[in-house]
Amino acid sequence: MILQCKDLTIGYDNHKTLENINLTILPGEYVCIFGDNGSGKSTLVKTILGLIPEIKGSIVFGEDLSRKSVGYLPQKNDNLADFPASVYEVVRSGCMNQLGFRPFFGKKEIKRTKEMMKLLDIETLAHRSFSELSGGQQQRVLLARALCATDKLLILDEPFTGLDGTTARQLHTTLDSINKERGVTIIIVSHFIENILKHATKVVHLNQNCMFCGNPKEYMEHYRKEYVFSRRMLKEEELDD
Amino acid sequence: MINAGIIHNLINNFEIIQYPLYVGLLLSVTASILGVVLVLKRYSMIGDGLSHVSFGVYAVAIGLGLTNAPILVVIPIVILAAYILLRIGESKELKSDAAIGLFSSSALAIGYLVGAMKHGGFTTDINSLMFGSIVFANRQDFIIMLVTAIIVIGLFVLMYHRIFAVTFDESFAKATGVHTRMMNMLFASLTAVTIVIGMRIMGTLLISSIIIFPALSSMQLFRKFKHVILSSACIAILTFLIAFFAFTDYPFGASMVVVNLCFFVVFAIVGRITKRYGRR
Repeated sequence: MILQCKDLTIGYDNHKTLENINLTILPGEYVCIFGDNGSGKSTLVKTILGLIPEIKGSIVFGEDLSRKSVGYLPQKNDNLADFPASVYEVVRSGCMNQLGFRPFFGKKEIKRTKEMMKLLDIETLAHRSFSELSGGQQQRVLLARALCATDKLLILDEPFTGLDGTTARQLHTTLDSINKERGVTIIIVSHFIENILKHATKVVHLNQNCMFCGNPKEYMEHYRKEYVFSRRMLKEEELDD
Repeated sequence: MINAGIIHNLINNFEIIQYPLYVGLLLSVTASILGVVLVLKRYSMIGDGLSHVSFGVYAVAIGLGLTNAPILVVIPIVILAAYILLRIGESKELKSDAAIGLFSSSALAIGYLVGAMKHGGFTTDINSLMFGSIVFANRQDFIIMLVTAIIVIGLFVLMYHRIFAVTFDESFAKATGVHTRMMNMLFASLTAVTIVIGMRIMGTLLISSIIIFPALSSMQLFRKFKHVILSSACIAILTFLIAFFAFTDYPFGASMVVVNLCFFVVFAIVGRITKRYGRR
């Protein structure tokens, strides 16, 4: 187990969004959390990350993992559009959880920053301004930052919002390789379900206090009658791959 | 150009101008550095709100007869107001810009009302509170500003990476264990102190300019956080020195704003040119 939610009730200012969530995530899993707007997807991950206090219940992290050593890619933030920061500065800020009481980053953090930039293929952008990058490049930079913070658990909140089809597919491939080759557990929050189901090993569907939790095939069987995907129906054989 | 006569006058009058000069320089540097964080976190108008609160509390303090050390009364109350504004900004019930508007007008109205109710009305020139005067700076202001400037510069040197993380993306910084609320509170308190001292020099209506302008000007040209901070501090010092020595016959606060505006226009033009040239 890498993460476990036990009888968890979440919400803002004692207003309950979801109650009695019981969820166990195993190391190496690729978990997709789906749900309509306002279903509590982002509230759930923010509670897991400690950004919002839980109303009831508990969140337990596995051995060798603490709350602050989780890599996090927040929802798209328009405030960053004109932020004066180089790509290198942004990625390096992901090592904040390794800084402790030291005022400056050491060789270890600098090495990790460069390693993650290489992994995400953004080395050539190191000295570019973050604000001048395209949406896809910015997401890769923020993903590198999140990976600087963790080797174990990555939580991504709506990472595909605002990306075109090609860029989104590239990001899917990158996440897939991070999960399979580096063994990083991924929790991804999205309301676009079509593409993610191909990569997921577990699906969590949140919908007004109803929660489905199972593998993608079970999910398809469970929701086949209720959901008609707007553009194309995901074929079962794609899930089997 | 500063000629020999002006230098001679300066030496002769140095005792008179020393505190305005020191306080002005410290205030400019402190406000410009804090301004970078406030502008980037979309809290620019907090300076404006807090200056109005300062005016209100200042007027009430004078109205209640606390004339000996009103600054020591005003500072804690304005820090409290800054804290409340920050908490409102975090909540979902009221937008922070609306909260600042609410605080500004209420504090200004209450202060003015209490001043008017006092027997004989305002004894302090209302114009000087609204538009400030550099001659108000005294030894007490110098000590408060010196301590504030040391704390601000020290914080930016020793906690640069944390400040960057919190300014760039507060949610991420909080998730990685940075005490964001404590840092925000610290910034709000330092801003409150800077505003209270600065308000008497720049005036209630113009104080936010020394927070906003240097950061905005620097952001037109520089693309790195560190460079923006250093550039803001340099612009602030230059602006102050120009306003202090070259506009001696004109209102100080207004002169500062005009010089700041000139810097902004120049930086914006140069920034556009370098951006276009860089793209080619």
